Amino acid sequence: MNPTLAGAPHLPPVNTVAGIMRQVLYALVPGMLAHVWFFGPGILVQIALAIVFALGFEALMLRLRGRALQPFLSDYSAVVTAVLFALCIPPLSPWWISFVGMLSAIVLAKHLYGGLGYNLFNPAMVGFAVVIIGWPLELSQWLAPRSLSTGLPGLVETLQAIFTGHLPAARFDAITQATPLDALRTGVAENRLVTEIRSSPIFGDFGGLGWEWIANFYALGGLWLVYRRVISWHVPVAVLATIVLVSTPMWLLGPDTNPSPPQHVFSGALVIAAFFIATDPVSGCSTMKGRLIFGAGVAILTLAIRRFGAYPDGVAFAVLLMNAAAPLIDRLTRPRTYGH
Amino acid sequence: MPSMHPLALQPKRIPLMLEVGRQLYRFPGGLRLRHHKQVACQDPLARLPLPERLYLPLVQHQGPAGELQVAAGDRVRRGQPLTRARNDCEVPIHAPAAGRIEAIRPWPVSWPPGTRADCLVLVSDANGEAMPATTLPDWMDAAPERIVEHLRDGGLAGLGGAMFPTAAKLRGDWAAPEIHTLILNGSECEPYIACDEMLMRNRPEAIVRGGMILARALGAENIVIAIEDPMSAVREALEAAAKTVDPSGHCLIAQVSKIYPEGGERQLIQVLTGAEVPHDGLPQDLGLACLNVGTAAAAHDIVIEGRPLSERIVTVSGPAIAKPRNVLAPLGAPIRELIAFAGGPIKAIDRLVLGGPMSGIPLADDSIPIVKGSNCILALGADDTRREQPVMPCINCGECVRVCPASLLPQTLYQAIRGEDHDQARELNVFDCIECGCCAHVCPSHIPLVDYYRHEKGVLRARGIEDARAEQARRRFEAREQRLAEREAERQRKREQREQRLKAREAAKSEVEAAVARARARSGAGDDGAAS
Repeated sequence: MNPTLAGAPHLPPVNTVAGIMRQVLYALVPGMLAHVWFFGPGILVQIALAIVFALGFEALMLRLRGRALQPFLSDYSAVVTAVLFALCIPPLSPWWISFVGMLSAIVLAKHLYGGLGYNLFNPAMVGFAVVIIGWPLELSQWLAPRSLSTGLPGLVETLQAIFTGHLPAARFDAITQATPLDALRTGVAENRLVTEIRSSPIFGDFGGLGWEWIANFYALGGLWLVYRRVISWHVPVAVLATIVLVSTPMWLLGPDTNPSPPQHVFSGALVIAAFFIATDPVSGCSTMKGRLIFGAGVAILTLAIRRFGAYPDGVAFAVLLMNAAAPLIDRLTRPRTYGH
Repeated sequence: MPSMHPLALQPKRIPLMLEVGRQLYRFPGGLRLRHHKQVACQDPLARLPLPERLYLPLVQHQGPAGELQVAAGDRVRRGQPLTRARNDCEVPIHAPAAGRIEAIRPWPVSWPPGTRADCLVLVSDANGEAMPATTLPDWMDAAPERIVEHLRDGGLAGLGGAMFPTAAKLRGDWAAPEIHTLILNGSECEPYIACDEMLMRNRPEAIVRGGMILARALGAENIVIAIEDPMSAVREALEAAAKTVDPSGHCLIAQVSKIYPEGGERQLIQVLTGAEVPHDGLPQDLGLACLNVGTAAAAHDIVIEGRPLSERIVTVSGPAIAKPRNVLAPLGAPIRELIAFAGGPIKAIDRLVLGGPMSGIPLADDSIPIVKGSNCILALGADDTRREQPVMPCINCGECVRVCPASLLPQTLYQAIRGEDHDQARELNVFDCIECGCCAHVCPSHIPLVDYYRHEKGVLRARGIEDARAEQARRRFEAREQRLAEREAERQRKREQREQRLKAREAAKSEVEAAVARARARSGAGDDGAAS
């Protein structure tokens, strides 16, 4: 007999990094399908593109850094980054948006900081921030959701649009349609009432038409992740509760200029951020109290940027700012050790 | 107040009124693990056939070895003391069987892993003589000192695994408060281990009576026996035993939930009282003493039956064992014999563990003998244990933070240790890690976290010694410098004195000379004047 000598514990581990990342991907599927239903197959093409670029850059950087390719290429972390990025950009964005986004996310935000586990900032959000600052026009080319447009582009037209930039524009007149958050921002700036702005057909029951259903499906996947203990409840609860707690008094005091709390929750990237982006473990907080503060910070900054900032939706910047604060929050929220 | 014997027990006020076991509390973190206990409890307890040779480590407790009483070649009787305790930190060992001491030589032992230690090799003789039993029949009226002495000479050490000398625990010189409650720990929370459950099923009265003996030695009034949630049969057995043995009703059975590591001393105290043992203190600071149920049964055997501690129940279990079971085995029996008695391996044993799967010690070979603290032999196949997977970087997922029962930050601690930031590791309370293994078990990156903490504790201890040494050297150096400086100053002072004296003498001399010169000059002038 020649038993192996390794320290306790001796039971097989319960989880792997790849397992966690895979479950995050599964949880995104309902939201993705809803996205396809409302905006056509563009998002799938964007996801595929982003994954190809992400894995390419990942392999390149691993090679340059002299690391083993296999364990890191198969940990799915780059895939998760790619999918989250793709879900944030318009479905007909040109192909090089993904290229630039993944270059920033994987090379800049991830590997130059030391690779998996060492990045200070959420790679997907770094990628998104770079492209929205660099190419705001391309990032505003949203399609109108299903029931508003005369017809969603098919796969061939989508591919044509993404790779050549040409689209039979006559058929898809809604191509440069503003997102609901955009409309709201410009509307309020033009001194129109929120109720007045909301009478536009692009709004649904709470948020934007279509958008709110996509948010529901993201929330469904997110709740599954909470149930599976892949993410803890702290961040999503903190984000959503803070949004409601802060926007309610503002809405009650000035309903003409401030949207209602449900509209805040169901607009833009808030739900996907609450469950999938702000919950990124590497760039977030690891103490339970710290996660509550982190989530609350994301919510408050998002509201502030939506109200006062130059961009319609501030979730990406809110997450990045809180990423910078995360180490300090962790330091200040250390739990009391037993017996101390 | 009537005069009493100084050691007689007086009814005492409990200084810190802690309710123990009446209400249950929750400790943070922990894991719900699959128990795997029933497998070892299906067959009744059986005695291991006496092995041909027993290998008895001289040290089977935390502390130095006792004084050796036998030499190679001696014939010994069953129950004969082989070493003698000179103080409470030493624990004697006794011959589990009659026979002949073949040699005293280094033999592989379980702790520290991969080492050898001096063992008495006893060639057993099943028909040999036994020592006459020395009981303490009047323990109910005996002074605590006598009970402690008797238990120590019976070789009692903690059977829960840590093998702390029981006499030292019973007679520790902690300050107030006095011990008011004895907790008997029967909540084996690690998977597979079932020796205490077997003991509690088979000998509940011995446990209760042993608990009363220990409580008497401690001066404690109450006994709380903690058992785990699924052990309902055990609860009934213990309650019945408590009713017959201790009708006064000072013995309480508390059923705690089965969250690992609920059976850890500090966690159990938190669950039973809601209070925490101070990080630099002991359960005694709360007026509590915590002992294993096996220790209580062994105390019963020593005091009532006059049988020193020389055998114990060992669980032989794991997926690689053909017929997992509990075995009553003499101390010193090689693990190989226990595995063979349990039907042998059914597949290649990839990991052989002494203790449980969460915190047990890996063993290099099966010739290692069982000792007083060996509760379980666990044999795992390649599929049942951790494979040699590549360790991924920490992704800060915080699972380790969630499960840590000591509320540490395992991942931050890991980063500090990797960065060799020893001050940071100390500040993050690495010494409060109880090495339960929860963090490493849930880590998705498969980082052997406990190994890091154990290593860091060693480094910090060594650094503490090193620091103390450096401090001493510094003090010695400074003292020497001061001595040299003082000597130099003294020398300087003397030199100056001498110079002063010299100067003074010279000044006096020159004064004399000047006076002489003046006198001469005057007399010269007088001469001149007289001449003129």
